[in-house]
Amino acid sequence: MQDFPAPSLALAPPPAAATPPGEKPALAAVALGLLALLAAAADADAARAQLSLGIALALLSGGALAWAWLAFGRAEAGWHPHDLWRRASTSRGAVAWASGLALTGFYVVLYWFPWLLTNLIRALDPFSQSLRHRVADQWFLYGTFYTLAVLVLGGRALWKYRFSRYHLARTASVMFFQLGFSFLLPGLLLALQQPEYYFTYFWPLKYDYLFPGTVAQLLHGGGLGVFMVFWGVVMAFVATPVLTYFLGKRWYCAWVCGCGGLAETAGDAYRQLSDKSRQAWRWEVRLIYPILGLIVLLTALLWLGASGAVPALGVVTGPLGQFYGFMIGSVFSGVVGVGFYPLLGSRVWCRFGCPMAAYLGLLQKHFSRFRISTNGGQCISCGNCSNACEMGIDVKQYAQCGAPIVRAACVGCGLCATACPRGVLNLENGPRAGRLAGSAFIHADSLRIL
Amino acid sequence: MHLVIIGNGITGVTAACTARRLNASARITLVSAESAHHYSRPALMYLYLGHLRYADVKPYEDWFWAENRLELVHAEATGVDTAARTVQLATGQVLAYDRLLLATGSVVRTADWPGQQLRGVQGFYGLPDLERMARATQGIGHAVVVGGGLIGVELAEMLHSRGIRVTWLVREQRYWQSVLPPEEAALLTAHIRRHGIDLRLATELREVLGDAQGRVRAVLTTTGQELPAGWVGLATGVTPNLALAQAAGLATDRGILVNELLEASVPGVYAAGDCAQHRQPAPGEVAVEQLWYTGRMQGETVAHTLCGQPTPYRRGQWFNSAKFFSLEYQTYGRVPAQAGADTASFCWQHPSGRHLLRLNFRLSDHAVTGVNALGLRQRQAVWERWLGEQTPIGTVVAQLAAANFDAEFSRQHEPAIRRAFARQFPAIPLAGRPRRRGLFGAWPG
Ligand SMILES: Cc1cc2nc3c(=O)[nH]c(=O)nc-3n(C[C@H](O)[C@H](O)[C@H](O)COP(=O)(O)OP(=O)(O)OC[C@H]3O[C@@H](n4cnc5c(N)ncnc54)[C@H](O)[C@@H]3O)c2cc1C
Ligand code: SF4
Ligand code: SF4
Repeated sequence: MQDFPAPSLALAPPPAAATPPGEKPALAAVALGLLALLAAAADADAARAQLSLGIALALLSGGALAWAWLAFGRAEAGWHPHDLWRRASTSRGAVAWASGLALTGFYVVLYWFPWLLTNLIRALDPFSQSLRHRVADQWFLYGTFYTLAVLVLGGRALWKYRFSRYHLARTASVMFFQLGFSFLLPGLLLALQQPEYYFTYFWPLKYDYLFPGTVAQLLHGGGLGVFMVFWGVVMAFVATPVLTYFLGKRWYCAWVCGCGGLAETAGDAYRQLSDKSRQAWRWEVRLIYPILGLIVLLTALLWLGASGAVPALGVVTGPLGQFYGFMIGSVFSGVVGVGFYPLLGSRVWCRFGCPMAAYLGLLQKHFSRFRISTNGGQCISCGNCSNACEMGIDVKQYAQCGAPIVRAACVGCGLCATACPRGVLNLENGPRAGRLAGSAFIHADSLRIL
Repeated sequence: MHLVIIGNGITGVTAACTARRLNASARITLVSAESAHHYSRPALMYLYLGHLRYADVKPYEDWFWAENRLELVHAEATGVDTAARTVQLATGQVLAYDRLLLATGSVVRTADWPGQQLRGVQGFYGLPDLERMARATQGIGHAVVVGGGLIGVELAEMLHSRGIRVTWLVREQRYWQSVLPPEEAALLTAHIRRHGIDLRLATELREVLGDAQGRVRAVLTTTGQELPAGWVGLATGVTPNLALAQAAGLATDRGILVNELLEASVPGVYAAGDCAQHRQPAPGEVAVEQLWYTGRMQGETVAHTLCGQPTPYRRGQWFNSAKFFSLEYQTYGRVPAQAGADTASFCWQHPSGRHLLRLNFRLSDHAVTGVNALGLRQRQAVWERWLGEQTPIGTVVAQLAAANFDAEFSRQHEPAIRRAFARQFPAIPLAGRPRRRGLFGAWPG
């Protein structure tokens, strides 16, 4: 007779994984970099602060890149997330709480106590002068850090995913768009006395781009401003549906968007933390569509107000706009969306808050050729795909019953397909006919999974 | 109707879900000793690797069972009274059934090696084994894996991930010799060795040696070597779990004997999945199928019969897949280790040693009979059609891109394969133009 001891260890947290000794010098460099950053922030002497900041950024970038090489470059190329759920940094352990707190703290200071960053901002003045012909401010500091994070941790992603041309391409793409279109070009525009404009952000994500006030201001600027308004309208209402029809939501979320860019690079180590439960999915639907509704409503009201048809609208739109800007624009997208990366996963904002994601998602679900195909009856329900999904989609629920994945949330990062050990998943664009048809190899249980 | 299912593996659970779909009112009870909820057995390794947590390898969230009125009993079934139609549980509880499905799976099979009862020597099949292994391998420097199949490679990868030096003993001259043709075996041997696994072919275990505390310390091989081992994994296969069937007095051989409706030898009792043995397997097919997919298909089939829609089990085209460290393997149709006299075999390999494609076809009519793919993902639906329609090999080679299931932007090897084929079989015309996929591309039909 067999004996059946109850499983316990498999259910209890396994022993924590130690950091390989070889990686410690690189991590030490990162820690020293953070120290130097603190020194720069505390130093009122501009020259010394500049030096400290330079050292800090060099140590942080160099340390992070060296660590990425040690962690990924030495092992055979491939998907090997060993010890992912045993490391404190990637499994909501002490390291994750500490980094979450630090990130959140940074956002709180940035939004509400920017004077604490004065020394750092002043240290960036020469750089800002040369790029933008004006002094730095807190947003320039933020943009610099943000871009550096995308580039350095993009380097990590390029190493990690060097076996996959899909991941190389989309990582290079987000790095390019962040550096070129979200950092250099807006700076250059300022230097040329033009409005600071981000060509890769559209309404409803960059909600004020189609507000009457912004439009009037841009149009007033003439030539380039008129083009910017034209660009914003065309991208939001023509290019977005057309590109999403052919390629799915991913053309934006996983290839162009800056929030997505940060998630795919800096957030890559945290993708497994997104909650896959049905409860989380219900919250997603409860939040993201009302937020889209809110910004559509606000925009419509503002235009109505601007048309002069309803005189006293400012009483409504003023507070509404302030509420939206504070709650969604600052608290949600920054403090929660990025600050909580190490605890809630890399796409909290994209999944629960972003009105652009909601808009793209509706298009993807109802008006697109994109789907993730499942390969016949090959799924072994192992759960690797769901674990890799940063958008909290329980991919295996579809794969194990042979159904294609057509979900509004999917940003097409392709990690589910990479993580699958049986080659079950494939991101594809194809005819819309039969897009929802399941595999003939498994008779999908009609039992509810959501 | 009260349907009682013993075993909450893929077979039992698929049967339960299908039965619920077919019969909204039946009472359905799943009994299992191993775990309270269904989990994915092939995913056990990912728990050890730290890729996943236990909750992640459960195919359904815990609310699923109650919402679909599937009753779960976490207990061992110790006996069946087929005359009274009752099942006895180790808890003393007795369950009355109208229909009983045995989906008891397998148990580890070992030869009787001296010393195999030592602590630190074990097989690998379920959660208790995983737990034992996790405990026993903590802090050890060397381990030995015995047996050259799919569980062997999983164990090797698991141990390797924690920096444990692995020696892997394989009895045969070639890796997985009973299944793989020589080229595949050679490619995989090289791949496995590249990962630092000391894979020893044509080497058997003779004896396990222990220390004074009754713990394993080394193994002795048939080649006379003593290898240090803090842990020994026996991966020499599994065999149907017959304990309950025998207690119930059912006819058994290697497995529980069933007809094509998956009925056991006593009315009202059925068996499916790993534990079942087909009395009359279709020509060229095995009597005991020990796969996840076949468990699911058998579970679905038997549920129809259980719900009053008698349905014979027809598996369809053979397929299987696995992963060897970073190399994925898929096979469709029949690719025996040694092609028969009536079969031609074409094998293409990429010089990197990371991709291989083998196509078998009949010499008489050129119909394709099977494919092995290593490091290339193939689309099952396309292969199912090609094999079912006995498509000529010339068409298959020409249209190979239609079966390509690799990620977008992956290198496409079809042109190279096509050229190699044309060189080797110049007399066979390649019908049709090769079809490529693209971002806006045509849909492979
Ligand atoms: C490590 C490993 C990796 C594998 N990988 C793959 C793979 O990649 N692809 C593939 O196709 N196949 C794979 N397999 C094989 C596959 O997992 C099995 O074929 C499949 O799980 C069999 O399912 P089943 O439901 O028939 O039996 P099982 O999954 O064995 O379920 C039977 C259950 O019944 C319980 N049980 C037995 N007797 C009693 C009793 N008397 N009372 C109560 N409960 C009882 C057992 O505890 C067990 O939980 C793998 C197997 C192992 C061990
Ligand atoms: S479903 Fe797959 S491709 Fe889509 S977001 Fe999730 S992991 Fe990425
Ligand atoms: S689709 Fe792949 S990764 Fe997901 S559960 Fe199935 S086999 Fe596992």
